[in-house]
Parts: sequence; C-alpha cells; structure tokens
Amino acid sequence: MSDNHEKERVGVYVCHCGTNISATVNVEDVAVWAREDMSDEGVVVSRDYKFMCSSLGQEMIERDIEEEGLTRVVVAACSPHLHEATFRGACDRAGMNPYLCELVSIREQVSWVHTDKEAATQKAKAVISGGIERVIENEPLDPLFVPIHPDTLVVGGGIAGIQAALEIADSGKKVYLVERDPSIGGHMAQFDKTFPTLDCAACILTPKMVTAGNHPNIELLTWSEVERVEGYVGNFVVTIKKKPRYVDTELCTGCGICWEKCPKKVIDTEYEAGVGYRTAVYTPFAQAVPKYPVIDPETCTFFLNGKCKACQILCPTDAIDFEQKEEFISVQVGNIILATGFDVFDARRIPQYGYGRLANVFTSLEFERMCNAAGPTNGEIVLRDGVTQPKSVGIVHCVGSRDRRYNNYCSVICCMSSLKFAHLVKEHTDAEIYDFYIDMRTAYKDYDEFYLRIMEEGTNFIRGRVAEITDAARNLEEEGKLIIQAEDTLAGRQRRIPVDMVILALALEPRHDANQVAKKFGISCSHSGWFIEKHPKLDPVATMTEGIFIAGAATGPKDIPSSVAQGSAAAARVLSFIGQGEIELEPIRATINAQQCSGCRICNTMCPFNAILFHEDLMVSEINHALCQGCGTCVAACPAGAISGSGFSNEQIMSQIEGMMRLDMPRLVEMVPV
Amino acid sequence: MDHTPRQLFAMIRAGMEKEVLASNAPWYCVSCYFCMARCPQEIHITDIMYTLKRMAIENGHYEDATAPDLSKSFVGQVENYGRSFELGLATRHYLRHMPSKLFKSAQMGMGMLSRERLDLSPNRIEGTKQLQSILQRAKELEGVA
Amino acid sequence: MSRYLFYPGCSLQRSARPYLDSLNAISADLDLEIEDVNDWNCCGATEYGSVYRVPAHALVGRNLALAQQQVNGSKTLMAACSACYLNLVKTNYFMREDIRLRTNVNDALGVGGLHYDPDAVVVRHLLDIFYNDIGLEEIQARVVRPLKGLRVAPYYGCMIVRPDPEHRFDNPEYPQALDKLLKVLGAEVIDFPLKTHCCSGHMTQISPEVAYELIRRLVDGADQYRTDIMVTLCPMCQLNLDAYQGDMNQHFKTNYHVPVLYFTQLIGLAFGYEPLELGIGREFIAAREALAKIGVEVPEPAEAKPRRKRSRKDDPSLPMPIMPDDEEVA
Repeated sequence: MSDNHEKERVGVYVCHCGTNISATVNVEDVAVWAREDMSDEGVVVSRDYKFMCSSLGQEMIERDIEEEGLTRVVVAACSPHLHEATFRGACDRAGMNPYLCELVSIREQVSWVHTDKEAATQKAKAVISGGIERVIENEPLDPLFVPIHPDTLVVGGGIAGIQAALEIADSGKKVYLVERDPSIGGHMAQFDKTFPTLDCAACILTPKMVTAGNHPNIELLTWSEVERVEGYVGNFVVTIKKKPRYVDTELCTGCGICWEKCPKKVIDTEYEAGVGYRTAVYTPFAQAVPKYPVIDPETCTFFLNGKCKACQILCPTDAIDFEQKEEFISVQVGNIILATGFDVFDARRIPQYGYGRLANVFTSLEFERMCNAAGPTNGEIVLRDGVTQPKSVGIVHCVGSRDRRYNNYCSVICCMSSLKFAHLVKEHTDAEIYDFYIDMRTAYKDYDEFYLRIMEEGTNFIRGRVAEITDAARNLEEEGKLIIQAEDTLAGRQRRIPVDMVILALALEPRHDANQVAKKFGISCSHSGWFIEKHPKLDPVATMTEGIFIAGAATGPKDIPSSVAQGSAAAARVLSFIGQGEIELEPIRATINAQQCSGCRICNTMCPFNAILFHEDLMVSEINHALCQGCGTCVAACPAGAISGSGFSNEQIMSQIEGMMRLDMPRLVEMVPV
Repeated sequence: MDHTPRQLFAMIRAGMEKEVLASNAPWYCVSCYFCMARCPQEIHITDIMYTLKRMAIENGHYEDATAPDLSKSFVGQVENYGRSFELGLATRHYLRHMPSKLFKSAQMGMGMLSRERLDLSPNRIEGTKQLQSILQRAKELEGVA
Repeated sequence: MSRYLFYPGCSLQRSARPYLDSLNAISADLDLEIEDVNDWNCCGATEYGSVYRVPAHALVGRNLALAQQQVNGSKTLMAACSACYLNLVKTNYFMREDIRLRTNVNDALGVGGLHYDPDAVVVRHLLDIFYNDIGLEEIQARVVRPLKGLRVAPYYGCMIVRPDPEHRFDNPEYPQALDKLLKVLGAEVIDFPLKTHCCSGHMTQISPEVAYELIRRLVDGADQYRTDIMVTLCPMCQLNLDAYQGDMNQHFKTNYHVPVLYFTQLIGLAFGYEPLELGIGREFIAAREALAKIGVEVPEPAEAKPRRKRSRKDDPSLPMPIMPDDEEVA
C-alpha cells in the first residue's frame, strides 16, 4: 500500500438495487460500517440508496464530490458491465476524473449467488474494502481518441449481408463484401417461392444482387475468405484470401461456353443441395453475381490427371488460366459486419426417418431446388426416379429441432416453409398432402392468414410428431409406399399414412465452422453455436467486441424480413460510428518502464495487437498506446515486472486483494441438497 | 391400448389417478424402449410405465388381471427357486387366465419338450435362502414387505 | 486367451440351449475363455420390475455382486440374452446414478453377505464382444465355409440397442454390427427395415392376438425380402419368431416359413461345424431347406436395390444423398 491514503477523501455508495441486493445483503449496516470502520482508510462519506443508477442517485454522487471535496468514489452495486460508465459519467460531470471512480459488484458476485444473509453481508464488506483500497491507488487517466476508418467489411453475401452492404454503400461509404461461394445470394438464391407472399425468391433477390454487384462503393470479393483480422475498432487490418478461380476476370465475358462444353459432370452438393448436377467449371446459378465462373480443382479433369482443357481451348477471350494462384490482399476497415448465415441439419442423423436409405425421402432444401423452375427437374415435382409424379406427399415438421437429442431450439421458419411446400405441391400436382406438425408457429405479419389459406386449399393436417418413416408394409395398401407413422394426438390414436414422397423440414443450424470464424473475429458463440449479440433484447446486432457487428441468420434462425432488418440495423450502427469520425477508447493500456526493461522481447512476440516496438539502439521495448488494447498479456509476461497497466497496476491489484483479505470471511460454499 | 402415453401424461397432470392406474396401457408395454429413444424431451417413458405397473399392483386398480398375475406368478417362482420355471409358470397362468388356450399351449409345450427346449422340473440355485433374505430386506426398504 | 465372465440367464439353460451350444462350439476357435458367474440367479426379465423396484434391483444386484467377486483382471461381464443384458446394465446404471437406490440395494445385499460397487464390472452383450473385442477380421480369418448365397435378415430386437443414454453399443435405430458380421461370414445380408422392432416379448402370454400381429410383421417383413434365415441374438426373439410362427400362421391363415437361428450358429456353420453340433435342428421352423443352399452358387437376384447412379446422358433420375457408410448391403 502506498502512502497516498492519508490524503484521499473517499465516498462510498451502497446500492439496494430495489431488493435485488438489499434482500440478501444488509445494506444499511454495510454503509454504516464503511463510514465507521473504514474512516482510517479515507472514507468520509458513506450512503446507501435504493437505486444508485437513477438520476437522483447519480446526483447524490455529484453533490458529494462538490460539497464534500471527494477525491475518490466507490459504488457498491451491480456489475461494471452495466453501470461503470454511468457512475464514471456522474463523476466526470462533477469535475472529478472518471477513472478515480470504481464500481464493485455486490449483486452478481454477492446477493445473486448466495442465500446466507450474514455471510453475504460480510462478503459485501470485503468486496467494498477491496474497492476502497484499490481506488486509492487509481491515477487520473485521459481517454484516447482514435479515428474510425470510413471503409467497412461485410462478411457473407446472403440477403442480410447484401442489405447491410447496400445501406452503407448508398450513404457514400465504401464496403468490401466478402463471400466464400462463387456468387453472392446465399441460401435465399436456392429457394423457389418465399412465404407468406409467395414471391419468387430470385425475382426479389437478384435486383439487389445486381445493384450490389454494380455499386461503385461496393468491392465484391467472391470466392474469397477472411484469413486474418488484426487491429481494433476503427482500425482493423483484414487479410483476405482470394481463392483462385482459374479464370481471369479481366478477360472473362461470362459467355458460358466453358461450362456448356465442360465434359465433367458432378453432383452439386452446394447450390443444388445434392439433387442436381454441375460441371467442373461452373457458375452456381444463371443469375450469379459476379458472372465469372470458377473451376473446382477437386473434380476438374485437368487438375486430376492433366487432360482435357476443353474450357481453355474453347474460351473466346482466352480467360482460363490454370496457373492462377491464390492471392492475399490486405484491407483497412473501421468496422466489420458478420452475416455468414446458416447450415441445415444433417437428416442422416435420424435413421428412423429413412433419409439416404429410402429414395423418396427429401429434405426441405432438396425440395426447394426441385420446385424451382431453373432447378434440376425444371420445376416438376417428381420422385427420385426423376419421372414419376407423386400422388401423395407427407411433410414432416421439426426434423432436428425442438429435440433435446439434436437441437432443442425451434428453427422459426420451418412451419411456414412446410405450409409453403403444401401450397407448391398443390400448385404443381394433384397429390394428396399430409402435414405432420406439433405446433403451428405462424407468428408474424400475414403468417397466420397464410396458414388459413393453406387449410382452405385442402391439406390434411395431423397433429403429431412423426415416429418413423418406413417401407415395411403391413398390408396391401401400404405396399410400395413410404409409410409415415405418427400419433394423431387430436384423435388420440396412432396412424400410419402411406405416401409416395416425404419432405423433411430441417432444422437450421449454425455454420459448421462458426466457432472458428468467431475466434478469428474475436467474438463468441452461444451454447447452440450461434453468434452472441451484446444483449438479446436491447442490442441484437452488436457484439461484445467493439466494431464487430452481426446480422441475419448467423445470430439465430430467422426469416427473410428479420434478416433484412438486422442487415439494415447493423449498417446503421456502423454508419453512426463512421459519422462520429472518431471513437473514444478506454485509456486502460500498458506502459514499459524503460529503466527496468532488459530487452528480452518476450512482450513483443506475445502482444496480440502488435503494439510493442523494440528500439534496437536502446535495447528496450516501447508500447504504442494507440494500438494497445490493455489486454494485460505483456504485463503478466514480463519477467522483470517492467510493464504496468494503467488502470490495472500491480499496486492497484495487490491493494484490492489486501483490502478484501482484511475481513474475516466465513465459508461461503453452499451445499446443494441431495 | 386404452390410452396413448401422451394421454396418460396429460391425465397424470390432471390428477386422474384412478383412471391412470386402471388403464391397460402400461400392461401392453413390451419394454422395447422405442419411445424413450425417440422422445425429443428425453422423458423416461418406459420407466414411467414400469412405475405405473407397480403402483397399479400396489393399489389393485387394474381391471384385467392377466398381465399383473403373470408378473406376480413369475415373481413367486423366482423367489422360490432363484430361476424361472417356464412349464410351471405357463400351466398356472393358462389355467387361471386363458383356459380356452390351454390345449394349444400344451401342444406348444410338447413341441418344446420334444426339441429338448423345456424342463419338466424347476432348476434351483444353491443360495435360495440367501436370495430370499436379500429380497425380504429389499421389500422392507421399499415399504412393501 | 481372452477371459470373460458370463451371465447365461435362464433361457440359455434349456429353451435357448442351441444358443449356448453354438457359443461353446466356437469359443475355442476364437480363444474365448468363458467363466460363468457362480450360482447366478434369474434376472427377473420384465416381470419382476413390474411388481417391485428395490427388490428387482437387488435381484439383479446379487448377480453383479457375485460377478464382482470373480473379477480377476478382466472385469467384463458378458450376457447373451438381451433382456438379461439390459437388466444388468440398468441396475448398474441406476445404482451409480441414484445414491438412495445404491444404498438400499447394498443394504439388502448385505443381509446376504454381498456388496456391489457400481461399474465394478462392465456389462456387455455377446454381440458387442464379437464385434468390438474379437473383431471382424479375426472372425473372417476363420471362415472355411462361406455362407455364399444365403440371404439373411439380421434381427437385433429392441433391448440390445435401447435405451441408449450412454451409447453403450451401436446405433439405437439402425445398428450395423450384426449386418457387418454376417457379411464377413459371406452371407447376403438384406437391409432389414424392422431389425430393431420388438418381437412382442411376453405378450404371447398376455394377449396372443397382439403378439401374433407383431410377430407377423417381422416374419412378413423378412419374407418380403425373400429371406432364407432370420438371424437373432436374443432367446426371447428366437422363441417368439420361431416357436410361435406356426400359431401365428394359424391365426392369420398364412403360411410363412422363415427359419430363425442365432448368430453364433451361423458363425459355427461358417467355421465348418456340423449343424447338430450347433443345436440346429431344434427349431420349430426347420432351417434344413434354407441351409441346403450353403456352398451352392446362387445367381444374383433380378431386382437389386437402386445403386448409386453414375450420371448418364438422358438419365432423368435425381442423385441420392451420400451416406457415411457407402457399402452396398443388398
């Protein structure tokens, strides 16, 4: 402990937080204790109040600073996450440096996790004691202002990403739109019609795709992936890998001769969901943006055994370049929006539904492609043989959703998709339709009306989760059919319905590499694997990492209107940052005491933000405060103890620990009753 | 099956104890565990059926005694010999509950005998006393001694 | 020599004697040393647990406790009957997870001078041992009479694969172990869709009509695939499908004839043993005719299941999804 404490005048404020804290911690007692027992440490004012974060609470602090001449403030209340800024703001308004105020949590760390009142009160005192000792060691700090680079990176060219990119680009700012597929469009480009309006998906999507492709402020980087992200909000440096298309985009006109003539046909597991084919050189679909094809080196005959080259021979502009290499580019952006979308559940995980063994069990994505007029069957609804029209179709809800064994969330859109499928089957065929649902989730605008419409069109609705889909017939009626067995819960009996074709409404899942992507950008994924927003209700597009935003289905299953809304929301947030021009950074950063530095350079290599320079001539390291994020890695790593973090100095931390240890702490481990 | 499992659960939630224990549904359960393997809420359906059977026997609420009696006869045999004795079990059971099928069952029995797949007299373990004392104590602990 | 503790169960003594005989016949070939649990008692089947709870677990617990006493290096306890197997697994599992039950059962066992510590033995089904411990390669290496031309339907029944909270063995809906084992014996294995559907268990004694319907579905299912032999691994399943097939036929006025044998019997045949040594001939639905096919070349059946198509010009059919195990199982 330094000898500062004689001089400081500390104010302690203990919040009741309604009854959140006061029900467990005796807040009045604590306030009195602080005034009496901690006066030697410099406490001159100690109050308790119902809601410190209210205007009156804040004014209380401001008044005391002015009238009592406080030089330090400790607020004992909720987590700093929530209100540290509030109380520091109050201090700032009263003329005290905000970094001389500390908020210690006696709610999340005391009243909300303990039930023993005596022990909790004692712990609260210990926490506050620590806070008082620490704040005495605090130094006034001044915030850093860093400029916000006006360019933005949008990762993911689906509907959410396209929307975000267009909003930002339209306001005059530059956007890099990175997409790992050869074309933008995402899953929406695969659909046939969209609910509830039954608009053709391509018809409403392609205009936006074309605008994005032609927009002067959007640089389209398709067939590309983000390799590395460095820097921090306002100043990201992103390395992007442009995978080789083996097509020179300067020369290619998109005429299509290459893919027309390519002799190698393979199953298209991406765009056609495994029910259609493409060639080794291909564009994923006719309206692809950009129009340039790519060559798939894993299936191209030339790459496999050096033969063919038909595309190169026939290309009128000589645009095929088998020598093309991947290219890495580096861009500077101020903000990043992640709109990477979703993957679908693997239906092979539910063997009793027969997908993969029984030919005529299809997934929702396969069925979308089938219905699509530009799809593998030209829009004809047929069985796997490619020819026969089904006379009866079963639609199964919740495949992989609402199930503790797979995903225990609801995938939001499958009820509406299933109703849409029922409609499309009726439109294309005379088939009898059976829809097996548990609940009908039609919550949004015009959704329930759509349900009524489908009911009127004559679909048979059976309320019951499908137990199994089998080809083991029990009688003549079932011979040669797929039998769907479910309990009709409204009728109270088991039913077996023979059909020709089954459509499984698959769950939406996070992208299978979502965890790696999150790590790359420094954000987190939830328990189910979706990107986590800063606050589930009040901040759905921001993340805990400043400058990184999320939008669309990457944050959780949602329909197209919600994805578009989130794309616009993320864009608005980014534009507000860009509009401000600069951002205030917390002055929590590290400093090297050059006298103590031995020049070992351990800190240089450890710094995740590359913020430490090494002076060859002086043999000492120095930290660039503009880049330093105050993570503390170097502080901990320095073997000489030469690095100190402002706001987290060794003295501050040790004082806090000593302050907490001074009280007699009871055993607070609570036994869970068996 | 009087009721589907889902209906039984709804009846349990509604407090319809008498109807639930009188239902023949648990007695038709063959313990194949398909329901438990597939339940999206991971409810232990088969285990609940066993519990309902035990409760029904304890309360005597079942309407058709065929299945409960079979179980009780089986229990009696195992407690006596330490092993099951099919011939004894089948004879007793058919006489009590399916006398009209006794002849056919006897035919099957002859078929099993001629194929050396049926014992005429029960097998016994050595530790019958030990087993019985164990089971007696267990029943005390269950509260059904 | 691999040594295993063995819980035979009541059926293996007499009604499923062929299962035991065939197991004993092949165990020497496979270096399998089988040690019975001393003075084991009946597991209670599905009956005891319908009347009592703690006593039912104590009944099974006695067997586990006796087995624990015989653990000497190997602590695997094998069971051949699926019901016995499941009861042993369940009692071990519940005693581990439920402290009160564990206390009560050990209290009761204590009266008999016994005690069981959960997981002191590891309970596994015979098929599991064959598939995972002995291994298909070892089995294939000893096949001298491949069962070529014999169409077999692997029938697992329910209790070997379900319930499955700890993933103890194979997929609970669509297991493959027996399929693959029969394949290495050289047989033509059909992809039997009802392979884990219940044989009706003890329903033959409670409601014969219900039982016959369940049996009919299985036999009919196998018959639709022109199965020569249904292969099972549980005495109850074998009894129901075999001994009651005649009654079922009478009830429905059908005349199915699908013999049902144990997988150990088929292994024995493939190893070159004579049928009598393996207990073949004691089934109700005779396997004689079907077995006459062994060693005889049979032409490929006319209708094959649709194979994965190479895309040909003018072929309108849509590709099938790619499955993890992409082998053809006829």
